[in-house]
Amino acid sequence: MHEWALAEAVIKTASQIAEKEGLDNVSEVNIRLGELQQVDIEIFKFALSQLKAPKLEKAQFNIRRDEAKLRCRVCSYEWTFSSVELDEEAREAVHFVPEIAHAFMKCPQCGSPDFEVVSGRGVWIESVKGVKRHG
Amino acid sequence: MVDPRIPLISERLREIRRVIAVSSGKGGVGKSLVASVLALTLAKKGYKVGFFDTDFTSPSSHIILGVSNIQPEEMNGIVPPTVHGLKYMSIIYYAGDRASPLRGAEFSNALIELLAVTVWGELDFLIIDMPPGISDATLDVLRLIKKAEFLVVTTSSRLAFETVRKFIDLLLELNVPVLGVIENMKMTNSDFIRKETEEKGIKFWGEIPFDKNLEESIGDVERLLNIEFGKALERMIGEKIDLN
Ligand SMILES: Nc1ncnc2c1ncn2[C@@H]1O[C@H](COP(=O)(O)OP(=O)(O)OP(=O)(O)O)[C@@H](O)[C@H]1O
Ligand SMILES: [Mg+2]
Ligand SMILES: [Zn+2]
Repeated sequence: MHEWALAEAVIKTASQIAEKEGLDNVSEVNIRLGELQQVDIEIFKFALSQLKAPKLEKAQFNIRRDEAKLRCRVCSYEWTFSSVELDEEAREAVHFVPEIAHAFMKCPQCGSPDFEVVSGRGVWIESVKGVKRHG
Repeated sequence: MVDPRIPLISERLREIRRVIAVSSGKGGVGKSLVASVLALTLAKKGYKVGFFDTDFTSPSSHIILGVSNIQPEEMNGIVPPTVHGLKYMSIIYYAGDRASPLRGAEFSNALIELLAVTVWGELDFLIIDMPPGISDATLDVLRLIKKAEFLVVTTSSRLAFETVRKFIDLLLELNVPVLGVIENMKMTNSDFIRKETEEKGIKFWGEIPFDKNLEESIGDVERLLNIEFGKALERMIGEKIDLN
């Protein structure tokens, strides 16, 4: 996913969670980031720092990377995304739409494109921590 | 755990006045052609129009529009390029002409991803070319695009309508606005589809005859708008559609 769009999504969602949980000041946002998203963490962090919303000014963004693992539905072979050599075009495409991996990759053992992403897909906000509002 | 892409979607669609999903339930009835020509006709009338091909496993609207060698721009997301006056978004920018075999959950993820990153800006209409079927794409559009209205395409065949009928019933049951039904590739005088549609309390938009000039017009937008197919659809749009 595009870094700036992702940062926007995270800020917006973290603000909503803070609102719902009655947090005035958010100190920490814990994010799990799937490797398949092919996000450039430096750009993502920079985008987060530029987009900070009122309640998130002092927030620290902790990003945990989730390794992308794939499993063939036909022969059950498992492999990691990082073990596959993809050209620039494919990487770029997977970055924008991770499911496109199905157009560019095949099971290294049996050649099937029918594989599942066991881990390393998507972006999740695991928790938002901060100081509760008084009263 | 929260998926931050979902809240972003409503933000991305905020400045769009109407979303029309051209759908059917049934395959091969002319959804992509109707969606493309609908979008082109609205743009020609001066509306701001976006066009989104959600048939990720077998996109075809780029062939109808004669699109090649274009890419979206990156600007706080993905800005779709303008093609024949339409802001046009398709998976082909990423998959090229490769097959992308996707299962249901994977289709959903790709749809969420594209809805979350695409920056449409202000639009009068967003036209969606839907894949066939009553399952994933329909349910996802219902879940993710709350303001979607459905324009249903069928052929005159009772076999096609058998599926289309179920599709319409599902939409009605869910209280989703059904704009109308278009009977495409009409070759006889039967009023079976019109009657069935009106019995359900849905607007019958009209008929598009089987047009033998259609095939050779694919990829040529000006021709598409000027053959019988385009003219028939233009008349319906003139009568049935405005911004309200
Ligand atoms: N009115 C018409 N006259 C003649 N041919 C038509 C007409 N409408 C559609 N067709 C032809 O029927 C075929 C199917 O059209 P189209 O691809 O638009 O259908 P679809 O519903 O989008 O299909 P799918 O379910 O595969 O997405 C095409 O070859 C198209 O040229
Ligand atoms: Mg189609
Ligand atoms: Zn395999």
